[in-house]
Amino acid sequence: MTLDLTHLGLPGGPSTREAFGDALAEIGSDERIVVVDGDVNNSTYTNKFKERYAERFFNAGIAESNMVGIAAGLAASGKIPVAASFSTFLMSNAFDQIRMSVAFPNLNVKLVGTHAGISIGEDGPSQMAIEDIALACSLPGFTVIVPADGPSAGAATKAMIERDGPTFLRCGRPDVPIVYDDISKFHLGKATTLRDGDDVTIVANGIMVAMALDAAETLKKEGVEARVLDMHTVKPVDVASIERAANETRGMVVAEEHLAYGGLGATVSMVVAERKPTRMAFVNIGDTYATSGTPEQLLTQYGLTPDAITDAARRVLKD
Amino acid sequence: MTKALDRSGLERVARQIRRDIVQSTTEAKSGHPSSSLSMVELLVTLYFGGILRYDPQNPHDPDRDIFILSKGHAAPGLYSVLAEAGYFPREDLMTLRKFGSPLEGHPNMCRLPGVEASTGSLGQGLSIGIGHALAARLDGRDSRTYVLCGDGESEEGQFWEAVMFAGNHNLDNLTLIHDHNGYQQTAAVDEIQPLDPMPSKLQAFKWQAREIDGHSLDQVAETFEWARNVTGAPQAIVARTIKGKGVSLLEEAPWKWHGKPIPKDEEAKALAEIGAGS
Repeated sequence: MTLDLTHLGLPGGPSTREAFGDALAEIGSDERIVVVDGDVNNSTYTNKFKERYAERFFNAGIAESNMVGIAAGLAASGKIPVAASFSTFLMSNAFDQIRMSVAFPNLNVKLVGTHAGISIGEDGPSQMAIEDIALACSLPGFTVIVPADGPSAGAATKAMIERDGPTFLRCGRPDVPIVYDDISKFHLGKATTLRDGDDVTIVANGIMVAMALDAAETLKKEGVEARVLDMHTVKPVDVASIERAANETRGMVVAEEHLAYGGLGATVSMVVAERKPTRMAFVNIGDTYATSGTPEQLLTQYGLTPDAITDAARRVLKD
Repeated sequence: MTKALDRSGLERVARQIRRDIVQSTTEAKSGHPSSSLSMVELLVTLYFGGILRYDPQNPHDPDRDIFILSKGHAAPGLYSVLAEAGYFPREDLMTLRKFGSPLEGHPNMCRLPGVEASTGSLGQGLSIGIGHALAARLDGRDSRTYVLCGDGESEEGQFWEAVMFAGNHNLDNLTLIHDHNGYQQTAAVDEIQPLDPMPSKLQAFKWQAREIDGHSLDQVAETFEWARNVTGAPQAIVARTIKGKGVSLLEEAPWKWHGKPIPKDEEAKALAEIGAGS
C-alpha cells in the first residue's frame, strides 16, 4: 500500500514548522521575544514573525555558531531569544555553542530546528537531522519537544515561551495529518493518550504519531486494542505515563523519525527497565543515513510506516 | 557605581592583581597565570579607571555595563579583579580551582557574581557580547558591552562570524579588547596562524580599531575614552601585550609556560619583581 503521509485516514493539516511560525507570530507582541535566524526564515516560517516585528528579528546569516551565541547573550540580558534554522545545521554545526553558551549557564534560549528527519525528502541526507534529538537530550537541563501535528506544534511553541529554561523544539518539513481534535489535551511534559487500549502501547512522536493511530486501526481489526501515547516531550519524559502503560498493557512499541541511538526509544527504555520491565520493540531509522527521494519513498524504504508499527506490535505480543 | 582611581592607585591595584594571579595559581598548583598577566592593565583600567559601570551590591542591575572574558582560561585575572571590585572576599582567591569553590578553572556565571558569561571553549565571547549589545539597543538602555578576546582564540571561525555581524549591525555599544600577547599554547601566534594586520582586518569588517601598548595605563585609558565616544560602529582595542608580563620567568619563555603556575620555590622572586600591592 502506498503511504499517504499527509492524511493517513486523518484530516490534513499544516507542517509543524508552519504551525510554529504562525504561533510565534501570534504571540510575538511579547517584547521579550527576539528571533535570530540562520537565513532560512522563509523555510522555518520565522518570516511570519519578521513581517510583524522586524525590529526584533535578526538574520545572522549562514553562521549558526554566532547565531546561538547571540541568542545566549540576549537571554542573559533578559530576552527570550528564539534561534531557528534547519535542525541539523542548528544542532550539529553549533553544538559546542549550544553546550557552552546555552546549556552550561542554563540560559533561557529557545532553539527551533526545522526540516528534521528523513521526511524532508529530495534534498537528501546532508539536510536531514536524524541525530538532533540525541544531541539535544544529552544536554543537562534541556527540554526537548517533538510535536506531531500543527495544533500541537503551535501549543508547544506557546508553552516553551512561557516555560523558563533552555528548550529544543523539533519541527518537520511536510504537511502532516491533524492528530489533535482537542488541543486542550496537550500539556508540555505530559504524554497525551490519543487512543486508549490495554493490549499494547505505541509510544510515538513527530510524524510517527499519525502512523501509530493508523496502525492502531489495523490492529483493532485483528482484535488488538492499542494505546497510543504522543510522547511529544522527550525530555523531561513523562515517567508516570510510561510506567502505567508498562503495567496496564502487555508490551510497548516506540516509534520515532530518528536514529536508533539516543532518542525516544532509548529514553523510554530507561524508564521501562527501571520501573516495569516489559517487552519492547522499536521503529526508527536504525543506524544509517538515508538518500534522496520523495518523503513517502524514504519513509517506506527506511521502515517508518504504519505497517512497520503494526509488525512491531505483533512481535511484542507474540507468545 | 564606577571606581575611578588616580594613576598611582591604578598602578598599585595592577601590582596587587598580579600578586593575586601568581599566588592563587601557585596555591592551586594549576591555572594560567601568564595568560592572566598580559591583560592586567586592560582590566584594571576598565574596572578601576572610571570606565565600566557596575555595582557589586546589585550585580544584575539592568543598567550596568557588561564585561565578558572570552578567553576563559585567564580566569585568575578576572577573579582577582572581581575580588578587588568587591564582588567577594579577597581570601576566596586562594580557593581557586578547589573542590567546592565557585572560583572554577574557567568562569562559571551561575556560581560567581560578577562573571557575565561562562567561557572556556574559545571563540564564543564576542557572540554573547553581541546578544547583550542588541538587547540594550532594543531596550534603549545606555549599557555598554566589553569583550576581551585573546589573539590565539581569534583563530576560531565563530570569532569572525561575530566580527562580521557586529560591524554590519553598527553595534557602537560594543567594544572588543584584543589581548594580543603573541603566544598560544604551543608556540607564537605568528608561527601558527599569523593575525596581523589585525586593526585593518577589523576595519575591513566595518569596525573602528586602534592599536596600543596594552601595558601603558595612559594609552589604555585614552583608548577606552575614545571607544565610548565612537558612534555608528563597534570598536576594537588591539592591545599589544606581553604574555606573563611582570614576571621574568614567564616573560622570557612564554611558549613554555602556557597553563602552568609558577613553582612554589620561584614564587617569592616573582612577587618581589611585581612589587608591593595594596
